[in-house]
Amino acid sequence: MKSLAKSPWLLHYDGSSCNGCDIEVLACLTPIYDVERFGVINTGNPKHADIFLITGGINTQNAPIVKKLYETMPSPKVVVAVGICASDGGIFKECYNINGGVDTAIPVDIYVPGCAARPEAIIDGVVKAVGLLNEKRNAMKAEAKKK
Amino acid sequence: MTKIVAIVLYIVLGPILGGLLAGFDRVLSARMQGRKGPPLLQPFYDVRKLFAKQSIAVNHVQNFLVGGFFIFVVFTGCLFFSGGDLLLVFFALTLAAIFLIMAACSANSPFSSMGAQRELMQMMAYEPMVLLVAIGFYMSTGSFAVSDIAKMDYPSIVNLPGVFIGFLFILTIKLRKSPYDLSTSHHAHQEMVKGLTTEISGNILGFVELSHWYENVFLLGIVGLFFMYSAWWSIILAVAVCILSYCIEVFIDMVFPRVKWEFMLKATWLVTMAAGVLNLVFLSALK
Repeated sequence: MKSLAKSPWLLHYDGSSCNGCDIEVLACLTPIYDVERFGVINTGNPKHADIFLITGGINTQNAPIVKKLYETMPSPKVVVAVGICASDGGIFKECYNINGGVDTAIPVDIYVPGCAARPEAIIDGVVKAVGLLNEKRNAMKAEAKKK
Repeated sequence: MTKIVAIVLYIVLGPILGGLLAGFDRVLSARMQGRKGPPLLQPFYDVRKLFAKQSIAVNHVQNFLVGGFFIFVVFTGCLFFSGGDLLLVFFALTLAAIFLIMAACSANSPFSSMGAQRELMQMMAYEPMVLLVAIGFYMSTGSFAVSDIAKMDYPSIVNLPGVFIGFLFILTIKLRKSPYDLSTSHHAHQEMVKGLTTEISGNILGFVELSHWYENVFLLGIVGLFFMYSAWWSIILAVAVCILSYCIEVFIDMVFPRVKWEFMLKATWLVTMAAGVLNLVFLSALK
């Protein structure tokens, strides 16, 4: 099933990030990196998204929002945690309001390390996510056949 | 017989042409921004993916209404390309648009209803000009039938330059291009999420995309109709003008930021009056 690989639409959510990673995510869309050449669109709508890109750690206020966004996305979907804060809390880990990385709220498939994560690393993460999307789609189909 | 051939050709070739047009649009837009852009076939990949996704239905009424939108857009194009009545064509197009607005209204999301309201504003802005196009063709050729209009001794553009300019102006709204992409926000997709299509996902969104492709081909058909006449090579001229006007629309899309609805309404009605109505007044005075 190649159809998902060629048109991954992203949903970008800023948890409690310092905005460093967010700027790098947006840098991927600029003429230098131009991820649109792989069919990537940065959509603002969870219902249209295939890949959930989160930057920054999770705190008690944004945890329910992240969960809600994840539930709203139609399957198959992949979660990419961008930057060290999204991966496990980073330098904010010890803060009283931080729960930790994105995996404290929803299951994360791909971790992209870095502070801030470089655009090359983010694109690499998205490419890995696309591979996973296909796997999940095939699993969905197999399950549908069983039923 | 030719009518049936035209209808079958439109149903089969419509989405292929429309998809290629959308792909061309994205490549051209990217090049204008100094980017490489997606492959030409990207819109086809997108729609294929949408049909492979899980479909989350907000309610069943919405699916029905989107179906109505799809069917009536295809019906509009079939009527037009089989040489039907131009008035009926435009009424069917309006009905299709109403179906889409109802689909957006049926969901509870505030973004979706805001998109629906803005779509109504857009309709208010472009409908007068659309009717003037039909009246203009009638005054110029003495017939509402597309098949008669395309077989005159000279192209209608000779009589209707103002109406043509007015139609190009509202084409920006119909093609959902900036500065008038108020209801679905194609580029500025963060401001009200996705407007009309916020609550539409998966294969239903795929149908909306397909309908837009059919609609765009039909709209360019109207642009071409201004240049069609009895000579066989006028079809080449018409296609060339269609491609050129689409490139101009993409250029406008890239250059202008979005405007507020008040400006859209004032600007389109002003152009409708200045270009469309004046043209028709002169035409009736000359005849």
